[in-house]
Amino acid sequence: MHKLELPATPMLCSGHAACPGCVEALSVRHLLAVIGPDAMAVIPPSCMAIIAGPQPYSSLRIPVYQPTLESSAAAASGLRRALDAQGRRDTHVIVLAGDGGTYDIGFQCLSSAAERNENILYFCLDNEGYMNTGAQKSSSTPHYARTGSTPAGKSTRKKNLTEIMAAHQVPYAATASVGYMDDMLRKVEKAKAMRGFRIITLLVPCLDGWGLPDDGGLRAARYAVESGAFPLYEVEDGSRYTLNHTRRTRPVAEYLALQRRYRHLDADTAHKLQTEVDQAWDRLERQISSSAAAPVH
Amino acid sequence: MTATTSPVPDRTRTRPGSTRLLTGNHAAAWAARLARPQVAPVYPITPQTPILELLTDFQAEGSFDAEILTPESEHSVLSACIPASLAGARVFTATASQGLLLMHELLHYASGARAPIVMVNVNRTVASPWAFWPDQTDSLAQRDTGWIQFYCEGAQEVLDTVIQAYRIGEQVQLPVLVNQDAFYVSHALEPVSVPAQQLVDDYLPPYAPAQRLDTALGQSWGNVVTQDMFCRHRQDVEAAMAGALAVAQDADRFWSEATGRSYGLLERYRCDGAQVVVVALGSMCGTAREAVDAMRADGVAVGLLKLRLLRPLPVQALRVALAGVPDVVVLDRNHSPGLGGILHQELRAALYGMPHAPRIHGFLAGVGGVNVSPQSIAQMVHTAQAQEPLVQSEWMRTSHA
Repeated sequence: MHKLELPATPMLCSGHAACPGCVEALSVRHLLAVIGPDAMAVIPPSCMAIIAGPQPYSSLRIPVYQPTLESSAAAASGLRRALDAQGRRDTHVIVLAGDGGTYDIGFQCLSSAAERNENILYFCLDNEGYMNTGAQKSSSTPHYARTGSTPAGKSTRKKNLTEIMAAHQVPYAATASVGYMDDMLRKVEKAKAMRGFRIITLLVPCLDGWGLPDDGGLRAARYAVESGAFPLYEVEDGSRYTLNHTRRTRPVAEYLALQRRYRHLDADTAHKLQTEVDQAWDRLERQISSSAAAPVH
Repeated sequence: MTATTSPVPDRTRTRPGSTRLLTGNHAAAWAARLARPQVAPVYPITPQTPILELLTDFQAEGSFDAEILTPESEHSVLSACIPASLAGARVFTATASQGLLLMHELLHYASGARAPIVMVNVNRTVASPWAFWPDQTDSLAQRDTGWIQFYCEGAQEVLDTVIQAYRIGEQVQLPVLVNQDAFYVSHALEPVSVPAQQLVDDYLPPYAPAQRLDTALGQSWGNVVTQDMFCRHRQDVEAAMAGALAVAQDADRFWSEATGRSYGLLERYRCDGAQVVVVALGSMCGTAREAVDAMRADGVAVGLLKLRLLRPLPVQALRVALAGVPDVVVLDRNHSPGLGGILHQELRAALYGMPHAPRIHGFLAGVGGVNVSPQSIAQMVHTAQAQEPLVQSEWMRTSHA
């Protein structure tokens, strides 16, 4: 363990509009510190847009363009090309979008930007639902989780965004969590140094939407990784897999027990969820071993 | 401002103007090339695709070096255009019909963001059912989105209007839609005078907005505002629209000084002493000229008012142009179910309360690409003279016994 040094001039300033204890604000404060001042952010309607603040205030030190909810990757592409045309190729264009704006309504243009290998760094701030509108389900909401639009629990599984993006064979697709800060910062540094389309999905436990105490966000973020429910891994060029947190040290039940959204689960259903996590983990391990066996080009 | 204009080889810059046989689509692409946009997101759609293809050909041969994006939809095309424009880049795109409708949300977003994008729209029927004929419902249905809208009669006018559109849009900070009818204009060849690059460069200085997305400025766009801020912003957009009338007239006059070609915001054709004036948009004006000539030869005092600028609607100019005219016949190649013709209702509103206001007769003529012949226009003029005007538009009779 070492003490994290943030720059004297923060990139996400205090006085922002996040809920007390918000893991998203914490995550973005640290990732923006890595990105630095030579950048522009595209932030669609989302919790992050609220955190950024109403006009004319902004909690971010870099320019922010807020597009429509479904168009972040397309808007970032346009901004990127304008900067390129102006000779400003070193200025980073980042996206800070929620899971609704990424997995759901923004998915079409996300796929297209990935296919075109646009030179943008896309962060999906994944709190597993439409938390900004009061916690409704998105296609990122996990199986059985209770939300405003799935009061009996969601009947289908979470979409695997990282696998889909890796299938586009983009330079970089990774998962990260502020619960494992060193790993997250390393990934942001690594992605920042690369060119082309890069996407990092950050698991952002939502205190209100998941039913966590004000100081419970980081614990949930760690348990998600330690139980294998949210594996930390990275995929380069769609084929080189690396598992960053290799051991599962906790049963899924311990992760579920932290959260009100799973409070309705009986032991049988919790066991089914454990089986699903086991299956997904096995699949990921198979991909990692076949990736290690494949020749490096 | 760190923006740089695209380097264009000297031979292109100094090449004199030429006359080329061009379609409306190719005239649009030539205009885009001459205007030197820096970003051009495009998506194919019939009958607009030849614009896209000629631009990519220009790029391949090295005479057009804008950043061309090829996203997965027209929606993403316009989504990319807006922040590119806000970053200070000149932006061009083109679409038609369903593509324009898919952009609808972003059309509002672009004008609200005060992004002076120039977009060519090829007016085509709106499904369902599917069809590919000339019909202006697509763009007329966007009249409340805050875009300046022009309608062009022929290929030369398309080229000239696209170049004028950049000058107008960038002065008033509003996006501009330049419309041309499917096939009648988009695919019809005519000799087009293509001006020299130097002439266009002199007419159109590089785009350099003071307000822009720039790391040196730290400004942002799009965040939540209060009721008062929103209302004030709409008033600013309205003021910009109002200002666009004079700016568009100036742009046309300076273009006339440079090229000898001028169109006005509207054109009166043989309207002196006219008892009936036909009002139309776009390619139908060409047919109406024939009809007017034939009727004048038969001693019928009829004229044509071609409306080139629909937004902002030049209300005062329309009132002056139609003062003292007993009957006005509006031809609508569009359909607003439950109301009739959109231009008919626009004219009724524009002339309402005028002393001795003309009687306004509206005809749904050419909806879905149905042919409108000079004879059918003459018939509608005769019908109008013989009856009191109706509140709703009438359907043009499509067969002549």
